Amino acid sequence: MDLQAIAFYTLAAVMLAAAGLVVTARNPVHSVLFLILAFFSGAGLFVLLGAEFLAMLLIVVYVGAVAVLFLFVVMMLDVDFVSLRSGFAQYMPIGLVVSGLLLVEMVMVSGAVASSGAASRVKAAAETGQSNIEQIGRVLYTDYVYFFQAAGLVLLVAMIGAIVLTLRHKPGVRRQNIADQTARTRKSGLSIVKVATGEGISE
Amino acid sequence: MSVGLPAYLAVAAALFTIGVFGIFVNRRNIIVVLMSIELILLAVNINLVSFSMFLHDVVGQIFAMFVLTVAAAEAAVGLAILVTFFRNRGDIAVDHANMMKG
Repeated sequence: MDLQAIAFYTLAAVMLAAAGLVVTARNPVHSVLFLILAFFSGAGLFVLLGAEFLAMLLIVVYVGAVAVLFLFVVMMLDVDFVSLRSGFAQYMPIGLVVSGLLLVEMVMVSGAVASSGAASRVKAAAETGQSNIEQIGRVLYTDYVYFFQAAGLVLLVAMIGAIVLTLRHKPGVRRQNIADQTARTRKSGLSIVKVATGEGISE
Repeated sequence: MSVGLPAYLAVAAALFTIGVFGIFVNRRNIIVVLMSIELILLAVNINLVSFSMFLHDVVGQIFAMFVLTVAAAEAAVGLAILVTFFRNRGDIAVDHANMMKG
């Protein structure tokens, strides 16, 4: 067994164990931490495959953004997580049946791939002399540039949606209105009041 | 490569299965359901990248990037909905989420 096989089996075992703990852990904070471990191992598998750029992207996007977002939400919400686990044993049998069927089906498909072989007519990356990120850049910014722009729009819409959903205006807070400030003239802002002697001024 | 494509596909299938199982058993806890969806999308990404590398076609990795984008957007919007729901209800039990049922 060579080094690559050892690395593959270690990473795969760690990833599957972490994924199992994500769905069975009692504490959601532990779930998020195991999710981070699963994504790290997944990034390791990507490096093993030779897809370095996607591995780094996985770490930056998932561990750096999504997992931290989950952690924030889990810690921010004051929820009794024990009561949310009440249906665990009840849903276990149907979950095991459905997921077992899925696993059998997909392993059969990968067995079919193993027997027929998945050979390609295209030249390997090493033969073209380009690095992984160079290949991705060439394809992404030429053939898939509109899809790339659409992905940016998806992120923009998601960002606006998240802000609109969670932003809350408090009623008693005075906010700056720049249009009102610049539209203010001497006539609207200033009035001259004649004050009678000895009486003071009233509103 | 000493480890073949079927091994990667089997790992991705197992990860996908764990994600589906997680959705079934944690269906009252929507945070763990969202995390299970992330696991499923990771399994899809492993499939795309391993096919891409074994068939020497970089388009699979481009697709994996788009899956990553959509997954990040979905997590952001899902958690925002969750926070709003918690603000209105005081808990996050999904089986009570029938306010708009009519």
